[in-house]
Amino acid sequence: MEDVSAKFVSQKISRTRWRPLPAAALQPPDIFATGSWDNEDNRISIWSAGDLGNAGLNGEYHGEPHLLCDIQHNGDVMDMQFLDQERIVVASSTGTVTIFRHHQNNQTLSANHRWDKAHYHVDQDTSCGGAACTGVVCNNPEIVTVGEDGRINLFRADQKDAVRTIDNADSSTLHAVTFLRTTEILTVNSIGQLKIWDLRHQRNEPSQIFSLAGDRVPLHCVDRHPNQQHIVATGGQDGMLSIWDIRQGTMPVSLLNAHEAEMWEVHFHPSDPDHLFTCSEDGSLWHWDTSTNVSEKPSFLHQGGRSTAYLSHSTINQSVVSAWLSNDPTKERMEITNLIPNQTLSVNSLDVLGPCLVYGTDAEAIYVNRQLFA
Amino acid sequence: MDEPDTEPPLVVVPGADSSSRQLCFAWGPAEVLVCETLFGRAGTENGAPSSSRVFVVRRDQDIYIQTLRKLFNESHGIFMGLQRSEEELAGKSGKAQLVQVSKNYRSVIRACMEDMHQAAVSTRDPALQGQYSTQVSILSAMELIWNLCEILFVEAATAGPLLLRLLDWVRLHVCDVDSMVREVLGSESPSKHKLFWNVVDIFVLQGRMDEARHLLSKEASANPTSMNMYKILDDLMKKMPVPSLSNTQTLTELELKWQHWHEECQRYLQDGTFASNPHMESICKILLGDEDAILEKKELMTTWYHFLVTRLLYSHPTVKPMELRFYAQSSMDLFLGGESSPEPLDLILMAAFEFEMHQVIKECSIVLSNWWFVAHLTDLLDHCKLLQSHNLYFGSNMREFLLLEYASGLFSHHSLWQLGVDYFDHCPEYGRVYLELHIERIPLSTEQKALKVLRICEQRQMHEQVRSICKIMAMKALRNNRLGSALSWSIRAKDAAFATLISDRFLKDYSERGCFSDLDLIDNLGPSMLLSDRLTFLGKYREFHRLYGEQRFAEAARLLLTLMTAHIAPCSFWMTLLTDALPLLEQKEVIFSAEQTYELMRCLEDLTAGNPDKQKFQDDDIETTKVEMLRLALARNLARVIVKEGTVEGS
Repeated sequence: MEDVSAKFVSQKISRTRWRPLPAAALQPPDIFATGSWDNEDNRISIWSAGDLGNAGLNGEYHGEPHLLCDIQHNGDVMDMQFLDQERIVVASSTGTVTIFRHHQNNQTLSANHRWDKAHYHVDQDTSCGGAACTGVVCNNPEIVTVGEDGRINLFRADQKDAVRTIDNADSSTLHAVTFLRTTEILTVNSIGQLKIWDLRHQRNEPSQIFSLAGDRVPLHCVDRHPNQQHIVATGGQDGMLSIWDIRQGTMPVSLLNAHEAEMWEVHFHPSDPDHLFTCSEDGSLWHWDTSTNVSEKPSFLHQGGRSTAYLSHSTINQSVVSAWLSNDPTKERMEITNLIPNQTLSVNSLDVLGPCLVYGTDAEAIYVNRQLFA
Repeated sequence: MDEPDTEPPLVVVPGADSSSRQLCFAWGPAEVLVCETLFGRAGTENGAPSSSRVFVVRRDQDIYIQTLRKLFNESHGIFMGLQRSEEELAGKSGKAQLVQVSKNYRSVIRACMEDMHQAAVSTRDPALQGQYSTQVSILSAMELIWNLCEILFVEAATAGPLLLRLLDWVRLHVCDVDSMVREVLGSESPSKHKLFWNVVDIFVLQGRMDEARHLLSKEASANPTSMNMYKILDDLMKKMPVPSLSNTQTLTELELKWQHWHEECQRYLQDGTFASNPHMESICKILLGDEDAILEKKELMTTWYHFLVTRLLYSHPTVKPMELRFYAQSSMDLFLGGESSPEPLDLILMAAFEFEMHQVIKECSIVLSNWWFVAHLTDLLDHCKLLQSHNLYFGSNMREFLLLEYASGLFSHHSLWQLGVDYFDHCPEYGRVYLELHIERIPLSTEQKALKVLRICEQRQMHEQVRSICKIMAMKALRNNRLGSALSWSIRAKDAAFATLISDRFLKDYSERGCFSDLDLIDNLGPSMLLSDRLTFLGKYREFHRLYGEQRFAEAARLLLTLMTAHIAPCSFWMTLLTDALPLLEQKEVIFSAEQTYELMRCLEDLTAGNPDKQKFQDDDIETTKVEMLRLALARNLARVIVKEGTVEGS
């Protein structure tokens, strides 16, 4: 029995994010934020996933998520990221980037700082001309945003103006951004390219370009392996999952057939990176699990004898190389589960933290799964 | 053509002065635009300037109620599930499944009702509160009708179980009794409470015998003198035969038992056993199905359909579905007693009791302010194969007609349009046309939204719409000076003409600035380069620059020549290409072969000969100097290459 609770929220959800846990926390995450899109009045909302302790009393009560507070947001919420425990950075379709502060003592939200028209077409000063900001990533205090205008902005949470702006960084639309290292970022664009930018260099050009072969299928999302920083996963318009090794080559290491439509988000599990989660326009959410083969391998160890000792040595090596980079997908077992059967409308966003998964859909519902690995 | 059954409702446009002016209007996909004209009421021109306002009149107002969005979204899931299970419904378990679907719909209505109720309680604004309360009563009426339809049409309960279902139905929808029971039981001595007998009566009227007996036993223990009387009544109530859901007893058995029990009650009443207690006597009369006795409790039943079910319970427990209509009609007449006329809800329920499915749907369409109810109910009934014989004189059939109306309403909403798509998909005849018309009118505010709309069109092979969306996005990008984006949109749409246009912009930029913009895109065109000739040229020309930059001169030279001889390059660009050849001609080592040099010379002569007028017209020296320089360079190259080729061959 899966412990999934759902809530219909009367707005299409474009982003869901867990609030990061304090370093010493032992409890599973409880608070998450959502952003809506395509509404006349879009909102940023903070939710509590519901107290798990209460559920034990009468068994069937799973405590659906309940709203703590919300605030109006101008334009569609395109992306969203927690800067720290209290602050959330939100990217808007109007090109504005806003930091909202969640006051936990009286449960209110307020706009903390705003960069108007961080992304724009043609001229920043004209009244129209804002370009959608499509992606945001934070590494406190640094914030990097990308947009439909092909621009990359680097902000600091405490500074009024952008620290660095790369105009025309990309000739097509930038869809997503993530940090590779503290000074390097990764972007994906609508012509199937993955680019690395080194922010220390003053040159306004990427330090490396990777691209998909054949049809330049647009890439929509990107995530980096939390421990092995050279492993990068991206998701494309055709629903394909690509795994890249940025130390070598300019093409993906493996292409995995996945969803039937746009893959909107891909996330490695932050503390258990053998698990990966993807969601898509086709209404499915997949859990990719490569941990099975790793757990099966130690069985060789128990057999004893020299040859097995050698074998085990090689398997240890292999697991260091990581299952994600194995060139032969048939050799390595990968278990893939669709977590939402029969959903028809797009799953726009997901976030994993600890044993908990939260996702939001165009069917105006948010779902919380508290026992991912049960 | 049928005549309209009712006068069309009058819609007053607030703010529009319809009393002194004529209004004009234009149809939209789901709304009407209305504005005031210069003409007065009588048709004469009115001198006063009219207000320059345009009113948008929306038809399906419920779509805009925030809380109802939950209803639309959740029921969308159920609807899709129902369409998916099409094949499984054929079997015997089909009916059970359909009943389950119907129950799911009802639970969504109930959940929505609870939310609405919560909202009504928590709000302080009286106007809003009134609005919420109205919605709650509408939702509860919808649920009431749906439940009755579920019993009569979907489940099609047979004699026996039918009565049990109707009892459940009444119990579920008359809910003020529970608070009364709590009040009575909560008091110190329940039997002394002024509402005590009311509660007992209600239990009896609803056939809740065990609860009634439980209450009566309290009265009995408080009143030992009439112990005997209680015992008899209690016994009668305990022995009352009821239809069972299982097939253990036949209807005749039940009727026989019931006859016996009925006679026993009759005997006690005639004995005057209960004569000393009017409350108990009236209960006994109710047990006998005495219409007057039941009608006396009118206040406790509140509705005629409660009266109907009570009457059936105590006088015709084995009522057959087809007999319902007679009892229903007479019950309504008796209950209302000519004092008040039936309301729309009464008429709808009556139509249901008469098994007039179409009448039910028609009345609901007229009365309810949304299409949600009729569309989903009709679809469900259609899946029960109950509506097949009925065809409308317009459109295809009733199910499709109502689904189209509902989905069109969804499409007029800024956010719910995505739900509408799936409803159109399940309208075999006109769904596609509707979708095509509606989808083009979705505002494309961001690329992400455009991608979502595009995906919908691509999945359904709607090529025309795909092209139009891509074109819109490409135009937008072009206007924002995002040539790269514009090009990738036109590549996606396979729009050759537009790709040519954008390629020309790139080339123009190049000849003005001397360098290419958006190299990351042009270098990575891949097979999409073949979309248009101009795009191919752009890609190849850029390739020439790259080769040149990498000092691969021989390859660069060959490519440059091919661009001209194979007529890939537009004539207007030949001069630029020839100028590009200059540095190659001037290299230390010989790059162009003799044959290639001849070709180049021919190209130059073609160009100058092709438009001599233009050449004369251009009086600027630069152009002539260029030609002179080229001729010189070509001649020198030819000289060198002849020498070189001669020596190579000679040695």
